[in-house]
Amino acid sequence: MNAANRLTPYLFLAPAAIIMVIALLYPLGYMVYGSFRDWNPAQALSETEFVGLRNYIYLWNEAAFRESLGVTLKFAFFCVAFELILGVGLALLLDRKLRGMSILRTLFILPMMIAPVVVGLMWRYMYHPTVGTFNRWLEAIGIDGIDWLGRKALMSVIIADIWQWTPFIFILALAALQSLPRSALEAARIDGATPWQLIWHIKLPLMMPVLIVTALLRLIDAFKVLEVILVMTEGGPGLSTEIVALRISRTAVEFRELGVAAAMSNYLLILLMILTIGMFAFTRLQELRATRAAKIIQQEG
Amino acid sequence: MQSDRPNPAFYPLLAALIFMAVGPIVLMLANSFKLDVDIISGTSGLFFLPTIQNYETALCDVLWYEPEHLDFCQFKFGGAFINSIIIALVSTALTLVLGCMAAYALVRFRFMGRDAASFTTLMVRMVPPAVLLVPVFGLWNNDFCIGKRTWLGELIRDSFGGRGDVCLEGTHSGIILIYVAMNLPFVIWILQSFIVQVPRSLEEAARVDGAGPFQVFFQIVLPLIKPGLAAAAIFTFRIAWNEYLLASALSDRDTKTVPILIVNNVSEFNIEWGVIMATGMLLAIPPIIFTLFASRQIITGMTAGAVKG
Repeated sequence: MNAANRLTPYLFLAPAAIIMVIALLYPLGYMVYGSFRDWNPAQALSETEFVGLRNYIYLWNEAAFRESLGVTLKFAFFCVAFELILGVGLALLLDRKLRGMSILRTLFILPMMIAPVVVGLMWRYMYHPTVGTFNRWLEAIGIDGIDWLGRKALMSVIIADIWQWTPFIFILALAALQSLPRSALEAARIDGATPWQLIWHIKLPLMMPVLIVTALLRLIDAFKVLEVILVMTEGGPGLSTEIVALRISRTAVEFRELGVAAAMSNYLLILLMILTIGMFAFTRLQELRATRAAKIIQQEG
Repeated sequence: MQSDRPNPAFYPLLAALIFMAVGPIVLMLANSFKLDVDIISGTSGLFFLPTIQNYETALCDVLWYEPEHLDFCQFKFGGAFINSIIIALVSTALTLVLGCMAAYALVRFRFMGRDAASFTTLMVRMVPPAVLLVPVFGLWNNDFCIGKRTWLGELIRDSFGGRGDVCLEGTHSGIILIYVAMNLPFVIWILQSFIVQVPRSLEEAARVDGAGPFQVFFQIVLPLIKPGLAAAAIFTFRIAWNEYLLASALSDRDTKTVPILIVNNVSEFNIEWGVIMATGMLLAIPPIIFTLFASRQIITGMTAGAVKG
């Protein structure tokens, strides 16, 4: 191998690496550095004062941040839980050769392709107390309208997210279902398994690896949601829907406390990092198990 | 169970699902053709006189004629659309080119730092835009500037005008840079799974025939991973086209994108539903078109992205 050959991979990698270092890794480092400083937007970072862990401790004790952390966790948990149940349920129900399946899948992706800003806009309209679709329907059948974006704001926001992202889990679950080994299903059926037994004892366990990765991906994404909530409620009423991502942007832009916002970003980043490493470790484990199983089969055969 | 006798009860279910998925979108489309009076008074249903007034109001600054119902062009969405298109297209193209080269290096070569590069890519994939807001705002305003006293700064000042240092903040390039960086990890990740499937023998045959590594890449590998490229392009475009938060921090009056204008106009007390929905529809149309024409690629991309850890 000559020198030119050895350089090739670096040449391929260099442009992407440079951009990512300048605009992703350096900013992240800058943020970690800034989170230890008393920093407002008028100052350059080098002029700021070092305050140690003050920003982190301040946040830890701040009621508003704790509340928004709680809201975020609640939002992420309920969204992912309901989307999993609905998405997997639908996949199990619709896993058969139906005409119109491809149309359904196409139309199902639409909600996740549309801009979150627009999704927020649609739902804000539908939830509108007087003009909105839902309250009009309710009134038409003689029920009092619900204060969707008022007292029930968090629920309404979760419903909108479920509408947008259930198809994601549905499509991945369907793909997993259709790639299950036919032989196992056939064998169970010949042994007289009922449809329910088939689902509980064969299909779900076999789908589990894909489902876990999908759920983790959704969980990570649920912590990133911002625009839909911003347009629908702007975090209100009060702090009831102010998720951490929204609070970061408000702390930075409205309260002009960049140091605190940076510390908050770091908390969020650590949370997401744990989830990502969990996902990474899980897929590695699966691969290891698969190779070990393959080896055993080889030895026996 | 899996037999080909579809229970007739499933078709109503299917119809209900389609209604739920598409209903809100159709509702918005219908409302974008209604006057505000009709939206508020509640002449619900599909029986109304459609009007394109909302679209005319939204796009008044790029129309070649003056709409009769307007005496003052208040919403300047046309310019924002041009900004959105420039930013989304340029950043998608850049991300794809850089991303597939990097993915190829990570899949096909063994070299020092490969594992580190691969792991970093995987980890930064989860960084949310909100986390980048603070550092990017600071850097783009202060650090990533060319002093007005340096020769390059003077050159740019002289040719484009303005005062103060030349900064990334408020330019198209500033927004494009962060979008490319943000999308690269995902594109690299998704393309890796497509490049792995390209048979090595093809590449080796080309190399025996005397093709260099770059020739092999552009002439053999790229044409074979077209479906993957299409999927990656759609996902990247979607993010660049739809993103709000970072664009709102980095743009100035002349480089605002459409999502920013929508958010600004929604937060006002008196929402002009018709115009906003018309704008929302215009923003939603490109992704809808992609979805209708390339749903298979999108689904392949989604599955590849989720299953390949």
